[in-house]
Amino acid sequence: MVTEQYWFIFLNAALINNFVLSSFLGICPFLGVSGKISTASRMGAAVAFVMLIASLSAYAIHQALVALNAEYLQLISYIVVIASAVQLVEMVIKKFSPALFRALGIFLPLITTNCAILGLALFQTNRHYDFFQSLSFALGAGAGFTIALVVMAGIREELQLSSVPDVLKGAGITLMVAGILSMAFMGFAGLGGNG
Amino acid sequence: MSEERIQSEKMAIFLKGLWKENPVFVMLLGMCPTLAVTNSVTNALVMGVATMAVLTLSNILVSSLRKLIPAQVRIATYILIIATFVTVADYAIKAASLEVHKALGAFIALIVVNCIILGRAEAFASKNSVGKAALDGLGMGLGFTFALFLLGAVREVLGNGSFLGMPLFGERFQPVTLMILPGGAFFVLGAYLLLFNWLKKRKAEKEEEKIVFFTGEESI
Repeated sequence: MVTEQYWFIFLNAALINNFVLSSFLGICPFLGVSGKISTASRMGAAVAFVMLIASLSAYAIHQALVALNAEYLQLISYIVVIASAVQLVEMVIKKFSPALFRALGIFLPLITTNCAILGLALFQTNRHYDFFQSLSFALGAGAGFTIALVVMAGIREELQLSSVPDVLKGAGITLMVAGILSMAFMGFAGLGGNG
Repeated sequence: MSEERIQSEKMAIFLKGLWKENPVFVMLLGMCPTLAVTNSVTNALVMGVATMAVLTLSNILVSSLRKLIPAQVRIATYILIIATFVTVADYAIKAASLEVHKALGAFIALIVVNCIILGRAEAFASKNSVGKAALDGLGMGLGFTFALFLLGAVREVLGNGSFLGMPLFGERFQPVTLMILPGGAFFVLGAYLLLFNWLKKRKAEKEEEKIVFFTGEESI
């Protein structure tokens, strides 16, 4: 596990075990903000960015907690750090690029309760990734989340033009489409083993 | 008289989570664990009970501290309270059964970011008395467990040909493996939503017919 190539970790998180479609992380934004491609891609970019920061800080915290022999604080410290990282990112973006800040809007603070971020931090700790492995894992997860969100948004934009049976309207048809997408992503399993 | 009313009000708080405001089927909250851990009935039940425990305990604590928590930092405080109880639940499950803990993996820890818990803390526990908050937590938790059980039952019976790990059919049963794979989770939940929508629609139509019937009689 430890000797895995960085590229493979990246591909694994992005496609083979896609965070959204096969690990079920970040389903809420996946169902909630996948209505339009433009918002979906922005949301994806914001999540990918926070993932990167969260992954690096989670790595540092884990080292500190192991040194202090206080691993039971893991969950609490991760969630606090993610919440403050989101806050920090929000402030930095607001300062340096007000245009981007306005574009992301409400999505930024909502990222705190996105389970993809905490899941990423927990997975990389459970799998004992070193610094660079964590980095490629975070990049892959962010890419995978964005891909899933944008593909889903594309399908839903088309879906608005087609006639859906009344009983399936809304969440029902979205879940069915997600199921088919998830089956399609299973095809990527041929790229390598499951990690 | 008034005591009876209080009793029925309490019952209503408890029951609304089960069906009318079911967190999964009606409010579509807590989707991640709902889809991820329902590949077997055992996993679904453990996850449901763990969430229910965390939900009830955090509701009680949030409600009893509701006058002390400053409004500006309330969300952060709620998350800390929830994270504490989730850590307790995580270690408790690990102590009770290492096998189940392994099967559920990171999803026990991920109860922290389950929107149901934060949602109930913000929407209900922070505004109501301790007793009501506890009832609300229990009701919502039971509704969540019930939904997880429904999903887990369909997926395990179809995908593995077993129920709670016991084989149901003979040797010749060909399992629909897709059902225990990720895609199956989406399909089963979608199918349940379809079923509930259809039931709701049929009920509405029947009521409409009734109204038409009554008004028809009146005109005669």
